[in-house]
Amino acid sequence: MALLRWRDPFERTALSELNRLQEEMNMLFDRFFGRRSLLTETGVFPAVNVAEDDDNLYITAELPGIDPQDIDLTVEEESVVIKGERKLEEEGEEVSYHRREREGGSFSRTITLPTRVVAEKASAEAKDGVLTLKLPKAEEAKPKKIEIKLG
Amino acid sequence: MDSKKLQAKDKKELQTKSETTQTRPVFVPAVDIYENNDALVLLADMPGVSNQGVEIHLEDNELTIRGRVQEDPSDRTPIYTEYRSGDYYRSFTLSSVIDQERIEASMRNGVLKVILPKAEAAKPRRIEVKAG
Repeated sequence: MALLRWRDPFERTALSELNRLQEEMNMLFDRFFGRRSLLTETGVFPAVNVAEDDDNLYITAELPGIDPQDIDLTVEEESVVIKGERKLEEEGEEVSYHRREREGGSFSRTITLPTRVVAEKASAEAKDGVLTLKLPKAEEAKPKKIEIKLG
Repeated sequence: MDSKKLQAKDKKELQTKSETTQTRPVFVPAVDIYENNDALVLLADMPGVSNQGVEIHLEDNELTIRGRVQEDPSDRTPIYTEYRSGDYYRSFTLSSVIDQERIEASMRNGVLKVILPKAEAAKPRRIEVKAG
């Protein structure tokens, strides 16, 4: 289940850059006028952000109230699966609720990665309810510096 | 096991009349508030907020919670963004009288828990009806 729409990093032509820019502008407008959400239509929990630097991919997800022990991560060369369950505290029968907006339940999400990664070297950290996955890029996916020889 | 599937929801952004000085977004955290005989308990989802980032204020029955997230200093390039991070703010008007001295708050896994003990006068009392 590929939920991430990704672009081939080798296809960053001027045209695709232009398309990307246009898409981003559209999104900005839509968001401003409240037409479209940042989320994919499927709304699969959890919402994730994907970022990169030269050596790594980073996936972050907000998982408030979820014990790190209840999160199950599977990393493959080109995908990551985040699974788990959010358990809400049971308060017994003696209480009366004024507001109940938080929700519990199970979740499972597969994220297709934009580049190949070295699954064995992946690491994860949970802090203040935010999960961060660090995925070292595979050697062939790293940007290369090309030396220009003087003629 | 509870088989209910969680849905991802957009974070609700705070609508203010006054402008903030920061460009960072401010969100309204989802909360649970319940009451038992002794206290009012509030739980708020504020992922990214640490112990030090929480501020709780109670004045004239108005409870305000504020959570500040640490700005991410990294130079990572975003590829795909589904959620934004920002601070949290929400305020409530409390109906019961709270014993301000005994308010307790804690943060765990991005969830704030505030226990607001009721003042003695506000605790429910059973009133005996005497037969005339």
